Amino acid sequence: MKFLRTITLAFKNIRTNKLRSSLTMLGLIIGISSVIILVGIGTGTSRDITSKVSSLGTNILTVSVNTDKALKLDDMNKIAQLPGVELAAPFINVNATVSKGTTTAGMVSVVGIDENYLGIRNYTLSTGRSISFIDVDNKSKVCVIGTEVSQSLFNNTNPVGQILKIAGDNYTVIGLLQAQGSSMGTNADSTVLLPITTAKYISGSSDIKTLFIKANNESSVNFAKLATENYLRTTLDASSDNMRVTTQQSMLDTMQSIQNTLILLLAGIASISLIVGGIGVMNVMLVSVTERTKEIGVRKSLGAKRSDILVQFLIEALVLCLFGGTLGILAGIGLGTAANAFGYTFAYSLNVVALAFGFAVLVGLVFGIFPAYRASCLNPIDALRQD
Amino acid sequence: MISMKEVSKTYLMGDTEVKALDKVNFSVEKGEFVAIVGPSGSGKSTLMNMLGCLDVPDSGEYFLDGIDINNSSDRELARIRNHKIGFVFQNFNLLSKLNALENVEVPLMYKGMSAKQSRKLAYEYLEKVGLKDREKHTPKELSGGQQQRVAIARALACNPQIILADEPTGALDQKTGQEIIAMLKELNQNGQTIILITHDTHIAQQVNRQVNIIDGQISDEPRWNH
Repeated sequence: MKFLRTITLAFKNIRTNKLRSSLTMLGLIIGISSVIILVGIGTGTSRDITSKVSSLGTNILTVSVNTDKALKLDDMNKIAQLPGVELAAPFINVNATVSKGTTTAGMVSVVGIDENYLGIRNYTLSTGRSISFIDVDNKSKVCVIGTEVSQSLFNNTNPVGQILKIAGDNYTVIGLLQAQGSSMGTNADSTVLLPITTAKYISGSSDIKTLFIKANNESSVNFAKLATENYLRTTLDASSDNMRVTTQQSMLDTMQSIQNTLILLLAGIASISLIVGGIGVMNVMLVSVTERTKEIGVRKSLGAKRSDILVQFLIEALVLCLFGGTLGILAGIGLGTAANAFGYTFAYSLNVVALAFGFAVLVGLVFGIFPAYRASCLNPIDALRQD
Repeated sequence: MISMKEVSKTYLMGDTEVKALDKVNFSVEKGEFVAIVGPSGSGKSTLMNMLGCLDVPDSGEYFLDGIDINNSSDRELARIRNHKIGFVFQNFNLLSKLNALENVEVPLMYKGMSAKQSRKLAYEYLEKVGLKDREKHTPKELSGGQQQRVAIARALACNPQIILADEPTGALDQKTGQEIIAMLKELNQNGQTIILITHDTHIAQQVNRQVNIIDGQISDEPRWNH
């Protein structure tokens, strides 16, 4: 009963100092909402990346070698024969400009591949056909292009059958990739894919330093990894220093741990603002105690125990923090949802909201207890004497 | 009801020790109306604080209603102030954010009374001091005399053994002050023990016992000397 009346009293006191109370709460609102927004955007982005990476397939291995002896196209077939391996596709990056007439497509990566590549990378075509075994064999001057390349050179018209220039030579476009979005540093939308034999011709080198391997299934990934490593050791004299076989899963794990650290860092930074907000609460409560010394004296003379005064001031700090915390959560979710409209991925979980709310209560208790204790310790005579 | 024996209290003011009370012997019987008279700095405020259990003596004994105040804890003193003592201050000391009714309710709340019961009781006491139509007014909206009457209602709310009135007319004009004194007298006639502290001998003469205090020492003067 007394408790309920103390809460009413707390609201009354907060209301009488509207400006001061709202400024104090603003500190908490900023703190709580920034925790929710930053952690929300952090988790949202992380989830986004994770789903993109897993969409590439968890049974894919990426191999990169940097040895004196290089892999040749013949090796692909041998690797594909290894236990656990279903397919292997080479990947060569070529430095070349892509143009049509006087228009040059900027920031385009020209890549030499074989007929297995699209299947392994899970790329699909929107029109036309893929690069075939025959194209590779014949060193055909054909290419498959990404949507951005198509847009900049062909202006939304169907590119299939059209001619473009790569490193000064004419190439026929045979297929258009479906828009993929960028992921893991490669942007399929701005690539031009050629038969690997043709690409070798442009670059002048037949060394294959990167290849993609598709394992039979998820459980044979590690088996395929060992077999490939073994093959590279024997044929190329490769060591762990100059070859790397990465599974998507290990990449996923690394990325997730980086993201978790990042989210923790963001939460940490936001928590600092929450602590600053808490100090604001303490400051205001201390001022309030000083201002109301007389009231404390009167209350003590009327029979208030130390605990009564302590509880009164503590509840006032708590009400302030709970109020600010609730507004902060609403502001955080509101702004986060608004951020979605600007291309950020914002995801809030009930856990984070509960944690932020709990933190607000904690701030109220921790930063409220000192002023409240000070109030409760006031000597009633000194308190009464003050004007 | 009140019995003080050789009570002393020394304050440190800067570097010098001030003996506010010097071996004071003082007692009050139930139903008395005692006036403690003395100039400022005579130690009457200290005596008032001591009687009101806001302060404890350095040495000597103080028994209130049979309770040894010297050996009471902070918590017990708070309880005694709540149950046995009603304060009336010179500057009223009402809580400015609360209205008249809520002000009277404060000691009842600390007593642990339910909201409904304390509201009813507070209303009765406001009626008793003639302010039943002013219950929703805050102290700012009341005159000095009205504020002091709210304070008296608040002092009476817990049905205390003693009313301690510290210069209750000090902030009021002559006429209103006299009304307050009359009200206290009436309470006394109904059996309420009252201790009044004042520097005004004119007021002191209206009560049945006057005690003078000078330099922390008391000289009890029975009423028949006047």
